[in-house]
Amino acid sequence: MTDLVELTVAEALDGLNKKEFTSVELTQAHLDEMAKARELNAYVIETPELALERAKASDERRQRGEKLGKMEGIPVGMKDLYCTKGVRTTACSHILDNFVPPYESTVSLNLQNNGSVMLGKTNMDEFAMGTANLTSYFGAVRNPHKDKNNPDKFLIPGGSSGGSAAAVSAGLCMCATGSDTGGSIRTPASFCGIVGMKPTYGRCSRYGMIAFASSLDQAGTMTRTVHDTAIMLESMAGYDPKDSTVVNIPVPNYEKALTGDIRGLKIGIPREYNPDKGLNSDVRHVWEKTAEKLKAAGAEIVEISLPSTKYALPTYYLIAPAEASSNLARYDGVKYGLRVDGKSLDEMYTNTRTAGFGKEVKRRIMIGTCILLEGYYETCYLKAQKVRRLLCQEFAEAYKKVDVILAPAAPETAFGKDDDSTKDPLKMQLYDIFTVPSSLAGLPALSVPAGFSDINGLPIGLQVIGNTFNEETVLRVAGVIESVSGMPYRPLRIGGK
Amino acid sequence: MSYIIKGETGDWEIVVGLEVHCEVISKAKLFSGASATFGGEANTQVSFVDAGFPGMLPVINHECVEQAIKTGFGLNATINKKSIFARKNYYYADLPNGYQISQSDHPIVSDGYIDVDLENGETRRIGIERLHLEQDAGKLMHDQHPSKSFVDLNRAGVALMEIVSRPDIRSPEEAGAYLRKLRSIVRYIGSCDGNMDEGSMRCDANVSVRHPGEPFGTRAEIKNVNSIRFVMQAIEYEAKRQVELLEEGGKVVQETRKFDSTTGVTKTMRSKETAVDYRYFYDPDLIPLRLTDELIERLHKEMPELPDAMKKRFIENYGLTAYDADQLIMEKDIATYFEKAAKGHDAKKVANYIMGDLFGALNKLGKSINESPVSPENLGRMVDLINDGTISSRIAKDVFQFMIDEGKTPDEIVNEKGLKQVSDTSAIEKIIDEVIANNPDKVAEFRSGKDKLLGWFVGQTMKASQGKANPAMLNELLRKKLVG
Repeated sequence: MTDLVELTVAEALDGLNKKEFTSVELTQAHLDEMAKARELNAYVIETPELALERAKASDERRQRGEKLGKMEGIPVGMKDLYCTKGVRTTACSHILDNFVPPYESTVSLNLQNNGSVMLGKTNMDEFAMGTANLTSYFGAVRNPHKDKNNPDKFLIPGGSSGGSAAAVSAGLCMCATGSDTGGSIRTPASFCGIVGMKPTYGRCSRYGMIAFASSLDQAGTMTRTVHDTAIMLESMAGYDPKDSTVVNIPVPNYEKALTGDIRGLKIGIPREYNPDKGLNSDVRHVWEKTAEKLKAAGAEIVEISLPSTKYALPTYYLIAPAEASSNLARYDGVKYGLRVDGKSLDEMYTNTRTAGFGKEVKRRIMIGTCILLEGYYETCYLKAQKVRRLLCQEFAEAYKKVDVILAPAAPETAFGKDDDSTKDPLKMQLYDIFTVPSSLAGLPALSVPAGFSDINGLPIGLQVIGNTFNEETVLRVAGVIESVSGMPYRPLRIGGK
Repeated sequence: MSYIIKGETGDWEIVVGLEVHCEVISKAKLFSGASATFGGEANTQVSFVDAGFPGMLPVINHECVEQAIKTGFGLNATINKKSIFARKNYYYADLPNGYQISQSDHPIVSDGYIDVDLENGETRRIGIERLHLEQDAGKLMHDQHPSKSFVDLNRAGVALMEIVSRPDIRSPEEAGAYLRKLRSIVRYIGSCDGNMDEGSMRCDANVSVRHPGEPFGTRAEIKNVNSIRFVMQAIEYEAKRQVELLEEGGKVVQETRKFDSTTGVTKTMRSKETAVDYRYFYDPDLIPLRLTDELIERLHKEMPELPDAMKKRFIENYGLTAYDADQLIMEKDIATYFEKAAKGHDAKKVANYIMGDLFGALNKLGKSINESPVSPENLGRMVDLINDGTISSRIAKDVFQFMIDEGKTPDEIVNEKGLKQVSDTSAIEKIIDEVIANNPDKVAEFRSGKDKLLGWFVGQTMKASQGKANPAMLNELLRKKLVG
């Protein structure tokens, strides 16, 4: 029975349908696996009773022959950014560590309505601000992968959806939700050797998702296979009248997009994503090899140029903190969450926010506040918005020539928790260099494992970036990369079988 | 006649612009489904969106948008097919999100005007810079606990229309006339109830002074004045203060001031140095608000008749003077009452009775026109009775009072009380004869040339007829008889 955690979502759905096992058994297997792998710190709260209750209900639905959801009986991890009714939701911040939402986010509700079973809330960078999952109030998450040269090294899983990535990678859930603002799904997916997809901005509702930067935040999937991504994305996406930025168009059948046939597709290789410095040779190597393999599979490789790419990072680090500074103003100790009293209202605000927010969050709030001040607004914020429009235009131009863009997800593989780079916030930002352009343009982008590093043996993910609302082509190409790369998709079970 | 403050250094002109916040009449709040009705126990009309809970998102309420568009038509303004919501960021306990959703550089309505009529018969056109939609804040209560303040979020998120005039106002009177006109427009449209005492219409006044012809002076903003009279007083005081300050060689500082209605004085609230930088930026939770031509056209068609059009019609159709028409159209309910009462009757006379006897009586009773004991139909009928000679205008005063007291129709009152005018020559002659017979000395005096006594005879005969004699006939017959 222990092997249940090895299954993919597609395989598990098949097994459940064939009555080979029940959702309760499947759920229990994952709960057991979670107990064995607490050292990863992937979950900040486990909800075994709720999970078993929902699993039982799912089994009963199946028993009664009722209409089943697309993820009927599948145990999932939920990033602690999604408000879950009656289950503590903190965004891994001290300021919300006593917050129990009286409502359910649309994404988690959609997943629940599709029959999935929530196992618990996964760890993340505080308010999704981070690249390494080092800013969580509940501590760092450990990547289940090991550096072959230094197996004892504590490797970070990437961030901000680090808990979800580690959990999926280690078999502590079959799939998990992530959220991506500037790479928060794709970076950890690359570092943990799983598939992570950020759909088009506006594809999934942000209702009930704790906001970091509203114009960039997008819900997404973290799975072990591209097929599972298709199943999960279809289960959580869709129009929602409660979010004005969600687009009212039907969600396609993503599974159908996985034809395995990419003949005639044009795949763009942006030359700006191949800088002399700032891209490790092992990553470049996997990228080049993969492009060759795709060519062999019938695709056409086209070199393209996205000249404004170099401005994407500074643009992102102006827009995202500006929005964050305003989005996080509501955490003031007045209504819910942490309150540290003071002699006056202002003093209470200061005490609460000083105690409640971590260093990285404070840093971004201060930057964002400054950028919106008179004077800086014109020179920084408005200029960043112009560059953002320029980036969008360049992508739009590119998609007249190519169907998808193939790029690295991160400039290197997972690094150590105590590496020097983790002490320097500016260096940490560089890890977002390949993910933020598509975030700024709101494009669908997916990171799929494409190879192992010949230096340290760690997984390397590649990004497939598609045109607006064309997740299907992204999935199709990613599916082919998955099959030509031959990367393993069974979980890395750190507690042994 | 322009409003001038005479100073030692010459004449001073005042320059005023008004910012008026109108609470939008709608079932729900601007960005949440919570009820927007007034009253209700504290914190019972609050959604998670209004309370700024994590992950909550605003969704525009189209009812409020339609109200703003209609009001824009009322202000003769441009309806902008694309407008954008922005966040105004500041911290306060009554502002749950830490920002107010408002509109900055892309308001829903811009560039309009309203014409205001002054007492001297002049009409002034006051420009409207913009109308934008924004959220109201909650309310802090400091009197519930010795050391704590309480927050009521019932009002948090309710839609407001902020209507900003151009600095075209030149006197306290114009400010008053502008506010009355604006209030009447929003009431006609039904987009705001315009009750300043309840806070559903609030006014900030930007005041500066200058020598005529010079550029604008530095202005002070007087915040949150809650009656038209106080706005006028505050402007008058503030302008004088600034003139005195400038003439003493001082400088007006740009600041926010507060008007104290008990002392009639404005005082510094906060200076520019301590002013907040609101860090406006477009709200990324909302997409730009785009209006279709169909919507704009539909709302244009649905527009009720507005005060200006109605005034014109009253003058043309009912032959009213501009002044009388103004009095009647200021309140939509009064205009409606007038039209009902005037229908098929002598409109001018009806207007006079409304503005004179009816307003006086309602004022005494403390009632609004809608609570009038005299129905418009009854008032019209009473005017008919006067015009067809059934009652005299003198008797009409009594009939009207009975109508106020008893609420009956004028016909009922005239019949019950026997107030029908006596227009029968022989009946009047009989009374006259009696009076003449009883006062031979007065008759002699009159006949010897004391013409003034005619009035005395009129009074006596009218009294003898219990006021019912037709005054015109009585006059004529009396004169004939007295002259002999």
